Parts: sequence; structure tokens; C-alpha cells
Amino acid sequence: MIAASPLPFHLKGAGVSRGGKQVLKDITASFEANPPKTVIIGPNGAGKSLLLQLCHGLFPADSGVIEWSSNRDFRAPSKAQAMVFQRPVLFRRSVITNVILALKIAGFSKAEWRDRAAGVLRRTGLSRYAATPARSLSFGEQQRLALARALAVEPKLLFLDEPTASLDPAAAHLVECLIEEAAAGGVKIIMTSHDLNQTRRLADETIFMHRGRIKERAPADRFFASPENDLAQAFINGELLWWRRRSIFSGVDGDGASCEGMDEEV
Amino acid sequence: MDVIWQAVLAALSMLLTLDERLMEVILLSLEVSLTALLIASLIGLPIAACLALTRFPGRKTILVLFNAMMGLPPVVVGLVVYLLLSRSGPFGVFNLLFTPTAMIIAQVVLVTPIIVSLSRESLETMRHEYHDTLRSMGAAPAQAISILVWDGRFTLATAHLAGFGRAVAEVGAVMIVGGNIDHMTRVMTTAIALEASKGDLVVALGLGIVLVALSLAVNVLVYGLRSMGEARAAS
Ligand SMILES: Nc1ncnc2c1ncn2[C@@H]1O[C@H](COP(=O)(O)OP(=O)(O)O)[C@@H](O)[C@H]1O
Ligand SMILES: [Mg+2]
Repeated sequence: MIAASPLPFHLKGAGVSRGGKQVLKDITASFEANPPKTVIIGPNGAGKSLLLQLCHGLFPADSGVIEWSSNRDFRAPSKAQAMVFQRPVLFRRSVITNVILALKIAGFSKAEWRDRAAGVLRRTGLSRYAATPARSLSFGEQQRLALARALAVEPKLLFLDEPTASLDPAAAHLVECLIEEAAAGGVKIIMTSHDLNQTRRLADETIFMHRGRIKERAPADRFFASPENDLAQAFINGELLWWRRRSIFSGVDGDGASCEGMDEEV
Repeated sequence: MDVIWQAVLAALSMLLTLDERLMEVILLSLEVSLTALLIASLIGLPIAACLALTRFPGRKTILVLFNAMMGLPPVVVGLVVYLLLSRSGPFGVFNLLFTPTAMIIAQVVLVTPIIVSLSRESLETMRHEYHDTLRSMGAAPAQAISILVWDGRFTLATAHLAGFGRAVAEVGAVMIVGGNIDHMTRVMTTAIALEASKGDLVVALGLGIVLVALSLAVNVLVYGLRSMGEARAAS
């Protein structure tokens, strides 16, 4: 499969609205093949998932533009990229058929399906489940299958939305290994993470988001040594940005600060 | 009470000996209702797919209409089809009234809304779940539809069983457009109505037992399919 590389691509003042609210605001950023692994972090509701989906091409920007390097029509996701969603949806089929369907959709020739699918299942340690219904796998195995399905089509660009959320440490470690392996094989990784330790381990470059904006973007070692943005600093110090909200809620309800999802505009 | 027990025993023996009179009626019933189901499926599934997977103005109205049509009274459907097929009706030239074909037409009208509504619901649920994944993979519309239909096969089969159940058990429509003519258009339900009114309990009960067994079998199948679907979907 020779697919045009989706890299680099550029967001220029991109914005996205959902439910009458601007949830991504004025995003200007370029993504290239290097550094290999970009990790997006930020509190819940910051817009990390939406940014990944926007870059993937799942929906158009409501304002601003995204420019891709090649001149092909990128209104829909291209075959040179793949995405693993925060909550992956596996088909109601066997494990291997899940991979084969991805290969089929991506346009691989029928003669290649079996071998490629078996190969990627071996790499992800799922060979012995090949014939098992995908949805009867454990959580961690399902996550690995989702990753296998994405890797099978040999993307040049891979989006991963919290690929280890709700996995136990062992399962998370396996997924991290697979991510490292893919990156070493030349796949550009753009992922989100809720786990700062994981970000430290994996990231070459870190993007910090807050309320729909990119607040800081820096090489990972520099970012963790001394973030420039005060919100980013508070975030990596584990303050989770509650202090901002505490100032809003304190007058109304002394305990309001502990409400996670309550994300009011300051 | 004795009379009834004797009738039940006689009916069972008629069934066990594959009584010719009974078999003729049963086979015609199955033939008419299964043909109606097949045609309703060929009409209904594309409509259901269209309603589930596309958005256009007036779609909601069509959904409500099909939902309402699921409850159409069979006699009324029979009456309308009768008028359309009668000598003075627009399709009178085809001479279809009081033939099995007329009965099939009436049952297609009864079954199609069930296939459309239930399949649409199933496909829409599937689409909602699969949409982003299929789009991310770059699935063409035809690929997407075939995946949705296959992965939704258990609920789609359930929709078809519900349609068959309605067709094979209804009496109003086939009575009016078929006329309950012996050896021609007599099916289980119309035969039961006739024999009961004549006081011949044996045949009526024999057919009644078959109908109940059929509906039981349909429900067992529905249950089986549902649990198979759930086992597949379990995560
Ligand atoms: N379909 C939607 N309708 C309304 N609001 C949405 C929708 N999708 C996302 N949002 C909102 O957009 C914001 C960003 O969401 P998301 O990208 O999922 O955040 P994150 O992944 O950083 O936790 C959240 O406030 C969320 O509630
Ligand atoms: Mg998210």
C-alpha cells in the first residue's frame, strides 16, 4: 500500500464548537514526523480528544483551517493514518476478523489479509485469541486488539486517545511497549494521556491544553523540568487546576472545588 | 369437558398422522406468509437502511408513519387491498382477488412496516456505535452498510421473526382478500374461524395447536437469537 504521507499538517486558527460552546479555540500548530511521539495532556474536558479527532479528520473545523502537505482531499481520514479511540469499538466478530476488516477497508489485497493479520496479532501477543469473539476479551486485551487493528494498516501517523486509561499496570506496560515499538518503526504518534508518569516515559514532545486552547508546547524534558505556563506548572504539580475553580465556588459552596467535571469558564 | 378432551386427542392424532386436509392448509399458510416475509424483507431492509444511515427532511415523519403502520388493523388492510384488486379497482385487470397472491400482497402490507421499523432501530443503534470507527478506517458507504447488517444480524433476524409471527397469525386480511376457498385460499387462521363456527372443533383445535406451536417456536428463536447476540456483544 502506497499512501501519501499525511505529514506534516498545519492547524491555523482552528476552532470547534459543540453544543453552542467553543470547545477548541484558535489552535495553531504544526505536526511533523519528528519528534516521533507527541503527548497531549491537560485536565478533563480540556479538548484533548476533540483535538485528536479534528487532526484525524473525523470532522471539519468550524473556524480556521487545517492544511495537509499533500494536495489530496483530506476531508475524511486517509488510509495513511489510524486512530484508537478513548473507548475503542470492536466489531462483533472474532479477534482476527476485526483486523482483517480493517485491512479490507484500507484496501489491502485479499491475499495479504491472513498473513498480515496473523503477524500483527503475534506482535501484540493476541495470537492465541485469533478465533475468540473480540468482545469477550479482557479490557487490556481489547485495548491491545484496538491497537493491533490500527497498526495492521501500516499507518504513518497514529492517533491514540488515552490508550491505557483504565488498564492495570501490567496491561498498560504492554501497550506502552507497543507504542514505543511502533514509533521506533517510523510511525508518528500523537496521543493523549491522563497519566503524567506515562507522559514522562513516552513523550518526546508535550502539549498542554486547557479549556480548548494549547497553553504550552515544548520538548518533554524541558516541559517537565520547568513549564513556562503557570497552569501547566500547577497541573504537573498535581494541583489539577482546582485552585481556579475554588475561587469561583468558595462563595457558594465550600466543597464545590472537589467537583471534577464542573468546568466553567473563568 | 369430555367433548373438548376428545377433540384435543383427535386433533393430535390428525397431526401425528399428517392428515392430508390439515397439511394442505398448513403448507399454504407457510407458503403465503413466508413469501410475504421474503418480499417484505426485500422492500423493508433497503428502506430501513436508508432511514437509519441517512438524514433528509421528512425522515422523522416517515419514521412515525412506519411505526404507526405496525399497528394497522389487518381487516382494514384486507379491505383496502380488496378494493384495489376488485374488478372495479385499479388492479382489477390482473384478476388477483381470491388467490394466494392477493393474500401475499395483503400480508406484505402488514409485515413491511414491522421489518422497516425494527430493522431501522437496530441499524441505527449499530451505526451510532460504529460510526466513528468506520469513518476513521475510511469505510466506503457500501462497506459500512454490509458491516452494520452483518454485525446486527441477530436483531435483524428478530425483526423478521416478529414480521412472520404477525403474518401467520392474522386472520382479517387473508379472509377478506383470499375468501377462505377450500383447496385454494384456505389457511390456518381462516380455517379455524370457519371450522369453529361450523362446530367442528377437531380441525379447529388441530390447527390451533400448530399455530401456537409455531408462535412458541418463533419466540424461542427470538430468545435464542437475542442471547446469542448479547453473548457476541458482551464486553
Ligand atoms: N458532542 C458534544 N457535545 C457537547 N459538548 C461536547 C461534545 N463533545 C465534547 N464536548 C465538550 O468539549 C469539551 C472537550 O471534550 P474532550 O475533547 O472530550 O475533552 P478531553 O478529552 O480533554 O477530556 C468538554 O467540555 C466536552 O464536554
Ligand atoms: Mg478525552
